[in-house]
Amino acid sequence: MTETGLQSEKLPAEPVAAPPARDLFAKFDPLLAERAALMGSGVRDPFGIVMEQVTSPTTAVIRGKETILLGTYNYMGMTFDPDVIAAGTRALEQFGSGTNGSRMLNGTFRDHVEAEDALKEFYGASGAIVFSTGYQANLGTISTMAGRGEYVILDADSHASIYDGCKMGDAEIVRFRHNSVEDLDKRLGRLPREPGKLVVLEGVYSMLGDIAPLREMVQVSKKHGCMVLVDEAHSMGFFGEHGRGVYEAQGLVLGEDVDLVIGTFSKSVGTVGGFCISNHPKFEGLRFSCRPYIFTASLPPSVVATAATSVRKLMTAHDKRARLWDNARRLHAGLKGLGFALGTETCDSAIVAVILQDQAQAVVMWQALLEAGLYVNVARPPATPSGTFLLRCSICAEHTSEQIDQVITMFASAGRLAGATE
Amino acid sequence: MTDRTAILDTLRTQIEPFNKKGVAITEATSFQGDLEWDSLTVMDFVAAIEDEFDIIITINMQAEIENVGQLADAVEKLKG
Repeated sequence: MTETGLQSEKLPAEPVAAPPARDLFAKFDPLLAERAALMGSGVRDPFGIVMEQVTSPTTAVIRGKETILLGTYNYMGMTFDPDVIAAGTRALEQFGSGTNGSRMLNGTFRDHVEAEDALKEFYGASGAIVFSTGYQANLGTISTMAGRGEYVILDADSHASIYDGCKMGDAEIVRFRHNSVEDLDKRLGRLPREPGKLVVLEGVYSMLGDIAPLREMVQVSKKHGCMVLVDEAHSMGFFGEHGRGVYEAQGLVLGEDVDLVIGTFSKSVGTVGGFCISNHPKFEGLRFSCRPYIFTASLPPSVVATAATSVRKLMTAHDKRARLWDNARRLHAGLKGLGFALGTETCDSAIVAVILQDQAQAVVMWQALLEAGLYVNVARPPATPSGTFLLRCSICAEHTSEQIDQVITMFASAGRLAGATE
Repeated sequence: MTDRTAILDTLRTQIEPFNKKGVAITEATSFQGDLEWDSLTVMDFVAAIEDEFDIIITINMQAEIENVGQLADAVEKLKG
């Protein structure tokens, strides 16, 4: 860390060895007790899964067993693409393993610029800024765009990175009911007209896999004079003609309807990193003011090289898009046919969430699936909306129809075992 | 009835559906400590209060409001 100049000049004569008067770890007691009780009931740790080998975009070895991956966000299956791997390998050899520094000072390499160029082309945007993660892209963009006396208006079910971006900034934060156009309109109508306002929306909400009525929400936001940011983390690559996201699929245009788009490299792109794109002529100002961009190390060259190659390939990945949607629809219909309560009535996205009664049922079923050779995500409040317990499937373009059928069969047995279906 | 008394009466009515423990509501009743509301309940309740009084209680303001009396003060102020 940087030296602060506040270090004392002399060491104390007698080092103090007494324990702290208050144990700051004590606040974790309820959490640790709940976890111990869960582990004591004999189940495996859902948050301690280790993939010993990853054998393809859709399979891994977990506890020595070949397992189908249905909880990875590797929507477009780009992690093993030969061109992507080759680009990363070349960059690793030519530029070394890491950047050591911030983009602002000493951490901008050829492939950072290349990744931003690829994004500009992908979105037809005049500006692109790459961040070290998607979390930081939201944290930095939201906290920097809206300042003191201005407003951020966000959906109640927004991702933690959006909430944290609000918390880090100085703006006034207003929340509206999830996906309710009427509620957004009503709340915007109560705000003073003069201050700047940023409405933050997500294309796909990742817990239930439901999509936002962006067209109507943008219309309402513009009526009230707001700028609009859309996080398209869970839609990039397979929504819209060019794979730009739900906003494109709903006929919205960057620069006219949507001012900023946030995305990530860790889902469809298949590596790690985050970004913000915009057509605004003053967009570069964000780069020079954004703390989570300035005061952190930039991504390793191999990572941005894989991202640039993957983003360019996603522009024309029409077959993959079609396969992903086929797989998602097949799984949604199969699980619905088994009688499970799902997060969405129709197959809205590549996320299919199975809603369960409680934590015990969710964990029993999750473990039965894992033992059968299937890995899905288990999610619980407060990460989930309305206090629900979920088993969440995220589908990959590279899943075969046979794998999807196998998955449905596994869900049928596990559901019976956990008493979730008949 | 003064404005503040009317506000407190309305708050009591609005708290009722969320008062699962049947706690007696006074100005000192705290949302987290006494009513033991989680963040999801707080969110639903705040939305209900905003709609009832046609006001906006920003998340920034919510951080400062711990009990029913403070909420009544905030509502009175926001109603102008």
